Amino acid sequence: MSDLETNAPEKIGRRKFLTASAATAAGAAIAPGVLLHTVAEAKPAGQAVSSKNRWGMLIDTNKCSKGCNACVSACNEENGLEKSDHPNSNEIDAQWIRKVELKDKSTGHSVSLPLMCQHCEHPPCVDVCPTGASMKREDGIVLVDKHICIGCRYCMMACPYKARSFVHEELFNQKDHAPRGKGTVESCTMCVHRVDEGESPACVEACNADGHKAMYFGDLKDENSEISQQLRKYPSTQIRADLGLNTGVRYRGI
Amino acid sequence: MGFYGLLAFLCAFILAGLGATYYMEHNGHWVTGMNNQIAWGMPHVFAVFLIVAASGALNVASIGTVFGKKMYQPLGRLSSLVALALLAGGLVVLLLDLGRPDRLIVAMTKYNFKSIFAWNIILYTGFFAITGIYIWMMMDRSMKKFYRPAGIAAFIWRLILTTGTGSIFGFLVARQGYDAAIMAPMFIIMSFSFGLAFFILVTMATYKWTDRPLGDAILYRLKNLLGVFVAAVMYFVLAYHLTNLYATEHHGVEAFILTGDSIHTKLFWIGQILLGGIAPLVILYSNLGKSRTWIAISSLLVIIGGMAQMYVIIIGGQAYPLQMFPGMEVVSSTFSDAAAYHAYTPSLPEILLGLGGVAITIFMIVFGCKVLNFLPASLADEAVDPHSAATDK
Repeated sequence: MSDLETNAPEKIGRRKFLTASAATAAGAAIAPGVLLHTVAEAKPAGQAVSSKNRWGMLIDTNKCSKGCNACVSACNEENGLEKSDHPNSNEIDAQWIRKVELKDKSTGHSVSLPLMCQHCEHPPCVDVCPTGASMKREDGIVLVDKHICIGCRYCMMACPYKARSFVHEELFNQKDHAPRGKGTVESCTMCVHRVDEGESPACVEACNADGHKAMYFGDLKDENSEISQQLRKYPSTQIRADLGLNTGVRYRGI
Repeated sequence: MGFYGLLAFLCAFILAGLGATYYMEHNGHWVTGMNNQIAWGMPHVFAVFLIVAASGALNVASIGTVFGKKMYQPLGRLSSLVALALLAGGLVVLLLDLGRPDRLIVAMTKYNFKSIFAWNIILYTGFFAITGIYIWMMMDRSMKKFYRPAGIAAFIWRLILTTGTGSIFGFLVARQGYDAAIMAPMFIIMSFSFGLAFFILVTMATYKWTDRPLGDAILYRLKNLLGVFVAAVMYFVLAYHLTNLYATEHHGVEAFILTGDSIHTKLFWIGQILLGGIAPLVILYSNLGKSRTWIAISSLLVIIGGMAQMYVIIIGGQAYPLQMFPGMEVVSSTFSDAAAYHAYTPSLPEILLGLGGVAITIFMIVFGCKVLNFLPASLADEAVDPHSAATDK
C-alpha cells in the first residue's frame, strides 16, 4: 500500500501531469508577492531593521473577553515575568501588559481591553530619557537599552499609559531572549525577539489560540497586511489621541 | 558643641544616608515606599527642594553684583558657597536614588539632547564651574575686573538652571498635575523664597556661633525680601490652580489636591499655604518681624512649607491617576488604574537619604566657612552701610 502511494506520481496520467504543472507555474508566477512578504517579515539575522516596516497592533475590544487573562499570562510566560511574594506585588512587579475593564459613565456600556506600551511614533519616554536608553527602532518598536539605562525613572513619569515598570529587585530565571536587570526600567518589547523571527507577539498568539482573535499584529506600512486592511475598513482609536503621539497600538470599540 | 562636634554630628547623618543607600541599592527599591505608580518618592522631594533652593541662595550675591546693591556685596561669597553646597547635597540624593547609581559615568557621557534631564546634568555641572569662578573673582582682588561679568554669568545661569528644573515637570505632557508652562517661572520664584530662607538661617547661625556682629539693617532687608518672595510664590500657586480650575478637564486633579481626603490636601492647605505662606507673611510684616527668633522661625516655616509644596507637586502629581479614558470609569485593572489615587508612604531609608543630603550641604558650608574666608568679619549696621540706620522694619 505504501509502495503504491510512494509511486503514485508515476501513475498520474499525462493530462493530469500537465494540469498540475500549469498550476505550479501559475503559483510560481503569483507567489513572489506572497513569498517575499513572508521573507520580509522574517528578517535575516544581522540585517538592520528598516523603517519600511512599522509594527503595530489592533485590539478589537468587542472580541476581548472580560475576565480573560490569556494575553497577560502569555506575556509573563514568554518574557519571564514572575509574580513576587510582596504584599503590594501589583505595584512592585513588572507588568508589561495589563487587562483593564472600562464602563462608559453616561451609557453604562462596558469594555475590556489589554493595555501595554503603545509603541508611539513620538514616544514621550524616548524624548525625556537623559541617556538615550529609551529608544525607538526604525520599525517603530520602542525599547529600553538596559546597558545604558541609569534607572532615573523619568520615562515612567512621562509615559501617558503607565506602561513602564522599574525592576525593584534581583531577578532570577530570566529568559535568554528577554534580558532584564535590577535598577533599570522596562516595558513591552512587542516580543521583538519573535517579530525579528517573523512571528507574532506572544499575547496575540495566545488571544488567537483562545479563539477570541481580538488582537491583530502586523506591518502598518504594508497596505496589504491584515491589520492595515482592518484599520482601513473599520474605525479605530488611539488612547490619548489628543497627545498626537501616533501610537502603534490601535483600539476598536472604545 | 564646637566645630568638630558639629562636623561629627553631620557625619552621622551623612553615614546614615549612605547606609540607607546601600540598603536600598542592595535589596532593590522594593524596600522603599516607591513603586511602579509612585516612581519618584521622598528622595526626589529632598533633592529637588535642595536643587531649587541652591539657585535661590545665589540671589543675595546676584543682588550685590548684578544689581549693584552695596549692602549685599559682603554676603556674596557666603551666598555662593551656600548655593554650591545646596546643589551638591541635592545632586548626591538624586544620584544615590537612581536605579543604577554606578552608571554615573553613563549619565555624564551619553546625552539625549531632547531630554530636559540631560540638559539639567549640563546645567548643574556648569553651575558648579561658573559659581566656583565667581567665588574666585570675589576672593581674589587681582581679578576684580572680572567680578561683575562672572556675577552676571552666574545670575543668568541660575535662571536657566531653575527653568530647567521646573521644566522637568512642565514638560511632562502625560500627567494632569504637570504639563504647564508656569512650572518654570514658578520654580524660579520658589527658588528665590526657599534659597533666601535657608540663607537667612545659615547667616544667623554662623554669625551667632562665630561671635560676629550681625546688624539689624542687613537682617531686616533680607527678611523683607523674603516676605516679597513668599507672597510671589503664593501668587504663582494661585495662578496655577485658577487656570486648572477654569478648565473642566483639570477639575479632577484640582479636587484631588484641594478638597480630597489624601495627605496631599492637608499638606497643601496646612503645610504649603498656612505654615509656608500665610504664617511667615504675618510674622515678617508684623511687629514679630523685628525679633530675630521670629525671623528665624519664619525662615524655618518657609522651608517646611517649601518641602510640603515639593511633596504635593512631586508625589501628588503622581498619586493622581493618569486620565487615559475620558468619560469612562475604570471598573477594574490589575495595575490600580481604578484607584481614586495612588498611595505612597515614605520609608525610613528614603528619609535618611534625604537628610543625608541636607547634612552634606551643611557640612560643606561649615567646613567652607572654617577654612576659607567666606564670612565678612562684621555685618554690623555701620559696617554694611554707614549711612543707613536700621530704620526699616
